[in-house]
Amino acid sequence: MNYLIQQAAVLGDTVQDVLIVDGKIAQIGSIEATENVQVINAKNLVLLPGLVDTHTHLREPGREDAETVETGSQAAALGGYTAVHAMANSTPVADNAGVVEQVYELGRQAGWVDVRPVGAVTVGLAGKQLSEIGAMADSRAAVKMFSDDGICVWDPLLMRRALEYVKAFDGVIAQHAQEPRLTEGAQMNEGEVSSILGMPGWPAVAEESIIARDVLLAEHVGARLHICHVSTAGSVEIIRWAKARGINVTAEATPHHLLLTDEKVRTYDPVYKVNPPLRREADVQALRAGLADGTIDVIGTDHAPHPSESKDCEWGAAAMGMTGLETALSIVQHTLVDTGLLSWADVARITSTVPAQIGRVADQGRPIAVGEPANLTLVDPAATWTVDPSVMATKGRNSPFAGMQLPGSVRATFLHGHATVLDSKLATPRPVHA
Amino acid sequence: MKHLLSTADLTREEAISILDIAEEMRESGTRAIKKLPALRGRTVVNLFFEDSTRTRISFEAAAKRLSADVINFSAKGSSVSKGESLKDTAQTLLAIGADAVVIRHPDSGAPARLAATDWIGLPIVNAGDGTHEHPTQALLDAFTLRRQVALREGVNPLGKGLDGLKVAIVGDILHSRVARSNLWLLNTLGAEVTMVAPPTLLPVGAHAWPCTISYGLDAVIASGIDALMMLRVQGERMNAAYFPNPREYSRYWGLDDARLATLDASGAETLIMHPGPMNRGLEISSAAADSPRSTVLDQVTNGVAVRMASLYMLLSGDLI
Repeated sequence: MNYLIQQAAVLGDTVQDVLIVDGKIAQIGSIEATENVQVINAKNLVLLPGLVDTHTHLREPGREDAETVETGSQAAALGGYTAVHAMANSTPVADNAGVVEQVYELGRQAGWVDVRPVGAVTVGLAGKQLSEIGAMADSRAAVKMFSDDGICVWDPLLMRRALEYVKAFDGVIAQHAQEPRLTEGAQMNEGEVSSILGMPGWPAVAEESIIARDVLLAEHVGARLHICHVSTAGSVEIIRWAKARGINVTAEATPHHLLLTDEKVRTYDPVYKVNPPLRREADVQALRAGLADGTIDVIGTDHAPHPSESKDCEWGAAAMGMTGLETALSIVQHTLVDTGLLSWADVARITSTVPAQIGRVADQGRPIAVGEPANLTLVDPAATWTVDPSVMATKGRNSPFAGMQLPGSVRATFLHGHATVLDSKLATPRPVHA
Repeated sequence: MKHLLSTADLTREEAISILDIAEEMRESGTRAIKKLPALRGRTVVNLFFEDSTRTRISFEAAAKRLSADVINFSAKGSSVSKGESLKDTAQTLLAIGADAVVIRHPDSGAPARLAATDWIGLPIVNAGDGTHEHPTQALLDAFTLRRQVALREGVNPLGKGLDGLKVAIVGDILHSRVARSNLWLLNTLGAEVTMVAPPTLLPVGAHAWPCTISYGLDAVIASGIDALMMLRVQGERMNAAYFPNPREYSRYWGLDDARLATLDASGAETLIMHPGPMNRGLEISSAAADSPRSTVLDQVTNGVAVRMASLYMLLSGDLI
């Protein structure tokens, strides 16, 4: 099917018609509809390049009760995504070519987004021995991002070696910055609220000290470093300093850290339990400012679905993590666009262009221009909707935004020219490609 | 009052009302026949996920003196050790016919979670949750303090708060649910609170609490204090580097014989309180624990009265 998107505000700016033919953008301008194209009325809608997530937990293989590649990638498509990086902490761990090829193949069969597997840095996420990074890079999954996410690569020597080694494969190490000794038993941000709630605290310094160490290591060995889910004002400062120094570091922030604070923990509702924890209002504002000035490069959802029994319990027994794929763009609009901090062109940069560059995803995050692959998302910025986790595509019901009214609705998503989402509903998956 | 989860939830009027009812309950405890018929036919479950003898038997005695039936559920030897969730355990108790749940749990917030969810619709009494709160301990401490001061001044304690009293809470504030519950209740009742501890045993964030923070016990004692609440300190804390060893802790933050002598020499009427169990020789010397200033056993007696008052207020409201 070919599509003619009529009267879309391209990157929120000039109103144009965009013609999609055979998976590519064939024409942009004022275009007459012809018989063999489906016309999409995009009046008052914003056209963005398809979103690319740097940080998704699809849970398959191993925890298909929490999410599958199919349900997770459906959630991604509904959220406006055309590519996701599937984190390596599956069971078995994605620490070898076999598992990353399995995840890649499941994504290809599902056809809702391009699934880019992330490889584990160390065997079994155990932090002892490098996994077969070369084999994963050269596999059909063509892994470029490596991460032990969920666990920090804590050993400084091992981290140094990992940063050096991935240079041979143009890879990047995505670090989960969490000093383990400073966070033993930690349940929430350490501060005024934790002091009242009597919860073991998770100090900001546990994140910041690892980031400080790792940007210096990346500088020393001349490697590419990506910092997952930055959550504190101090981390933003360190990354700002590192970038000014010319260190090759990129950083991501999650939507939930842009809106929610540790005040939510006063409810003791484990839907707010997440790693890294919700921080203070000052941290929320610093993250927004970091995205506005380019210190933080991208939005990564850290979409982390859990079965309900993992959250329908007391705080201490609950799993850490929140869903995020189907709410991410709305939170970005709410916290960054509607506040005047970013334009829609900036949104395209932090949710698509740069995420694709970090993951070396060649045909994603491309400019909206003739000849480019038609990975596109149509957003209605004037729409508002109330978050209802029970009707989401993800299996996870653990959305911290449940019941909130949010702006911005994804109307349509095109994956290589195929409509995966139309009228804000799942359309059809892209037929399995070669 | 629907639940008793945190002293921060209590208004001054509610707190004084509990203390006043506890005075009546205490008086009934001095009679030959101690039992009251108030909660006859009601079932109170003591749901204890953490070892506790003192608090559990205090709640048990309180419920029985009100003629309630008591079921004791301890995590040891129960289905909890087989991995049963708090939700299933609570719903089982509801199905058995409980009318109120007294819960002690190692996780901060577990009682609040039980109260906030739709798992069971019963009144919840927090009997100590993690390092969060232990509201009935704070109520019995306030009761003891109010009663002692009234006795000293020869006045009736009923209707009164703790206005203007200076209270120092000394020890492992970081891990103490007693300290947090006392902080809120003492403030609500008008007392001035000072927390005294080594900096390692004070939470980051305590600077925002409505109290004075001090690292020096001697200076606080010298400033004139109406009551010293000594908290239990676990000697094992030194393994996590909270302090070098028990001797050094005792030297700086223990109420030892030398500090007791200083108090006696000053002529101050400072009371010595301790929630128990005490580590004699660590946070408190035997001479201090056994001195006429000590209210330790009085606190235990008053604990039953305060818990009777709490159960009565939670359960009698919906009696036909």
